[in-house]
Order: sequence, then structure tokens, then C-alpha cells
Amino acid sequence: MAHPSTAPPAVETSGLVKVFGKTRAVDGLDLRVPAGTVYGLLGPNGAGKTTAVRMLATLTRPDGGEAQIFGHDVVRDADQVRSRVSLTGQYASVDDDLTGTENLVLLARLLGYRTPAARERAAELLDAFGLTEARSRLVKKYSGGMRRRIDIAASILNTPDLLFLDEPTTGLDPRSRNQVWDIVRGVVQHGTTVLLTTQYLDEADRLASRIAVIDTGKVIAEGTPAELKSSIGAGTVHLRLRDPHQRAEAGALLTSIMGAEAQSDSDPHALTVRVGAAGNDAAADKASRALADLARAGITVDNFSLGQPSLDEVFLALTDKTKEASPA
Amino acid sequence: MSTATTPPEDDTAADYTPVPDRVGALLNRRDAPNRPSALAASLAFCWRALLKIKHVPEQMIDVTVFPIIITLMFTFLFGGALAGSTREYVQFLLPGIMVISVLMITMYTGMGINTDVEKGIFDRFRTLPIWRPAALVGALLGDVLRYVLAATVIVLLGLVLGYRPSGGATGMIAAMVLVIVFAFAFSWIWIMFGLLLRSEKSVMAVSMPVLFPLTFLSNVFVDPSTMPGWLQAFVKVNPITHLVTATRQLAAGTWDTGELAWVLVSCAVLIVVFGTISIRLYNRK
Repeated sequence: MAHPSTAPPAVETSGLVKVFGKTRAVDGLDLRVPAGTVYGLLGPNGAGKTTAVRMLATLTRPDGGEAQIFGHDVVRDADQVRSRVSLTGQYASVDDDLTGTENLVLLARLLGYRTPAARERAAELLDAFGLTEARSRLVKKYSGGMRRRIDIAASILNTPDLLFLDEPTTGLDPRSRNQVWDIVRGVVQHGTTVLLTTQYLDEADRLASRIAVIDTGKVIAEGTPAELKSSIGAGTVHLRLRDPHQRAEAGALLTSIMGAEAQSDSDPHALTVRVGAAGNDAAADKASRALADLARAGITVDNFSLGQPSLDEVFLALTDKTKEASPA
Repeated sequence: MSTATTPPEDDTAADYTPVPDRVGALLNRRDAPNRPSALAASLAFCWRALLKIKHVPEQMIDVTVFPIIITLMFTFLFGGALAGSTREYVQFLLPGIMVISVLMITMYTGMGINTDVEKGIFDRFRTLPIWRPAALVGALLGDVLRYVLAATVIVLLGLVLGYRPSGGATGMIAAMVLVIVFAFAFSWIWIMFGLLLRSEKSVMAVSMPVLFPLTFLSNVFVDPSTMPGWLQAFVKVNPITHLVTATRQLAAGTWDTGELAWVLVSCAVLIVVFGTISIRLYNRK
């Protein structure tokens, strides 16, 4: 990707549609994924993420709209698309009844390597993914994390320019999840674009440089993780008071300074203020003024934090909005 | 999710720390080869089928035990009544029983394809820039080995039971080749059902009403001249009847081009019709 500004984007779709019976699984999807980045498709189960990825990977034919991968149409130039992409599906796409080595040698042969070169390539991949010891074991005997790794190893065997990872960490323990994240970082470091679907907001937050939030087959928000968070508000102020009897007084003070309602938590010492989008820029400034005023009023604050909203909060806020907008 | 089920404790998983640089280094396009030819891709899939046999040899039981059982069963059940002695009857029955046994096990091809589709492994194959039918053709080539094994088992058992084909070894081998070629063509029916139906069980359920009438309503067990006219009409056009006749003739060393042509044309029709439908289904999945 020598000229990222002039090269076509890794993925570009406009009005992409897929209908299954009466369900519009993907309903006018517009995406633009710049090359060389990790792009997150974030959405709940049934949002249409997998269907979208399957269309982009040439596995499912779109019912409407257009999709291009590096400028190649997914229907008309399917073979060209296939030579540049790879997919790690939600359900392990390696062969259970073969060993680790056999799985990779098979794929290498299918990509045109002759058997000795295929064996060499398989050994390299197994080594880099920490599977050398397990190479002669059947994949069905692998742990969940090892399976994911061989699956991703199989996906990068063809040195794809674009790698689709469909929910790569669903069902993994935290350690295996971290391993997958490190692998994804390695892949993108080399210039391969990664399109990652996930239901885990922290995963998208950690890996993706841009995120599209998908619900009912449409993009309902798009941007960097930071932009998405600030779009629903600057953040949340948490306070913990030494004396719970001062909570009412502190709450009134905070409400007037922050310009947003202070809410009493179940903990009698705690107060929370959600800063709305309007008070965006000055949130930190206002919070520090509020702290000074509280000190002047003789209210002791034991603990204070001002944080950006989590992506979970963003997500719930966004999906609630779409529900209100379209009364069923 | 499929990966979430019972992850066994594993030492290698715990020790592994991925090094992003090493993973990245694997993405260098230094020796990316050209795409494989149609034949190379099919052979790679055939290798996959053979590996599966190597890892799960039990799956060969159905291609060895089943033919033995039906050969013994029908030889001893009908032999005395129909031909006076089992030894007499086996001379008539053996080529036909070979046809039936091999065709019965072609159904497993469809079940295997169905399992692959359900597991998602085909998704990976379908994103590869290879000759599209390779996955199906390769799987079928692997199954052909099973057909060869089944045919061999039956012929050997026949020899033990007193079967002596007058065509000698050459005639017998020619007969086996013809049966296997037909089985290859016939298997496309099951590949189609494997791609079309939802589960292995449905493939099995569909196969019985197809296989039983086709194989039994033929000239395998008895001479059709004793059958009622309407049945004779069916038996006469049944391609299995022609296959059995041609197989008997080859084994006896006296073939007739008309029968052979009938069989080969049926093979071509089966491949063109069911092969085309299967590949369409495979592309559309």
C-alpha cells in the first residue's frame, strides 16, 4: 500500500442488501474500509455482520447494491477478490479430522505450492502460532484457543491483503483472547487490512482504528472509537463522598455546575453525573470547578473520576435511538 | 459457538506468546505460487479424503462388511430355490451383486459432502481462487477408492464361493472398471442431495426410495421374463439392468457394444445433469 491516498479502499460498499425470506439481513449497508487498518464491525447477534462479511468474501451473492474489494466487484470479479482475501469464519473452518500439519499442507497445495514447499510453509506457520508441538494431533483434540490459532494461520497462508475475522474471540478464555489480539496486531503491522466483526465492545476499542456500529442490517454510527464515545457525551463523573449525609447538598451543587442531573447511586456515598453532548468540551473544566466548590462548601471527596463512556454505553445509546426512530 | 465447547486444558496453549513480528513476517509475498491446475486442486482434495480414511479407518467397515453380508445372504437365500445350488446361482448373481453393493455405498459420498457443508470447512475452500468443482471431484475421487475396495472384496468372496468367470482375470477387471465408472457418475446424484438437503439423515432418507427400486427392480436376482409385463417394461429401461448385463458380459468375456454404449451414455447423462446441478448448488450455497 505505497499510496494509500490514491489506492482504492480495501472495502467499499453502497446500499448492499441481502434478503433471506422476509428478513432483510443486510439492509442498505454503506461501508468504506481504508487499506492497512483494522476496521471493526460492531453489532449484536443477528445484526447482519456475518451475512455482510460472507458477501464481501464472495460466499453469498448480494441481492442488491454494490461491493468492491480493492476496486474489484465481489460478483463480477469474484476470482480476483478471492486471490486477495481470506476468511476466518465464526465456525472453525479447519478440518477436524485432520492434523494441524495436514490442514495447512492441504491449503498450501490448494494455493499452488508443491508438496515440499507446502510442508515448509506449514511448518513455518505452525511455529509462529505456537502449534509445533501439536502439529501431529487431530484438530478435534485442540483446545478452543489452539483451534482459533490454526484457523487464523490457515487464513494468512495465502498472504491475503484483506483478512476477514468473523467474531474471532467468541467463546475464548481471556488468555487465548489476548493471543488472538496480538496475532491481529502482527497481521495489520505488515500492511494487511483486517475487517473484524465482534459483539465485544472492548475488542473493537482495543484493535480497531475505525468502527461501524451495525444494527438490523444498517450502519447506525461510524467513526473512530473516540468519536463514537464523544458522540453520546463527554463522559461520566463519579464521586465518592466521605460523609453520606452531605450527598443531597453535593448533588445540588454538581447539578448546577455541570449542567446535568446528578444521580444518587445505590452506594449512599456515591454520586454520578452523565455529561451530555452539549457540555462536551468543557466537561473537564467544569468538573474541576465543581471539585473546588465542593471543597469550599466543606464537603470532603474521597474519590473522583471523569471517564469517557464505555463503548457498551455508546452501543446501548445508539441502539435505543434506532428503536425509537422506527416504531414497529 | 462451536469453539466454546469443552476446551481441554493444554500446556502448549498456556506457553504460547505470539510475536507480532513473526506473524507479520509470514505475510511476505516472497514465494507466492501460481494457482494450481484443476487436476492438482482435485488431487489435493483426493489426498484429503485419503487422510480421513487413514485417521478414521473404521469408515471402511461399511464398504467391506456390507458387501460381504449381502453377497452371502442372497447367495444362500435364493441359490437353492432359483438355480438348484448356491454354486450355480453365484455364477449368475455375482456381477449383479457387485453392481448393487457398489451403488449402495455411493450414498456415503453425499453424506460426506453434507457433513463438510454443515461444518463450514467448505466456506474456506470456496474463498480460494481454484477450479470450483475441485472440492467435489476430489472428494469423489477419494470415494472411488472405497468403491474399488468394495468391488474387490465381492469378487474375492465370489471366488471363494465357487464363482469362475469365463472371461478370466481380464474380463473380471474390465467388469469391475465398468461398475466403478458407473458408480462415479451415479455418485453425482448423492452429491447433489448432499448439497441440497439439510442433514446427513435426510440424505440417507432420500437414498432408500431411490436405491431400492432402482437396484432390486432389475435383472440382478432373477431373469425378468417371469415378471409381469408392466414391471418388465420398467426393468428394460432401468439403466441398472443394462449395467448388470454389460458387467456379466464383460466378466464372461463376451461383450456387446450396444450394452456398453447404453451404460456409457447413461454415465455421461448422469454427470452432465447431476454434475451441473451440484456445481450450481455449490456455487450458490
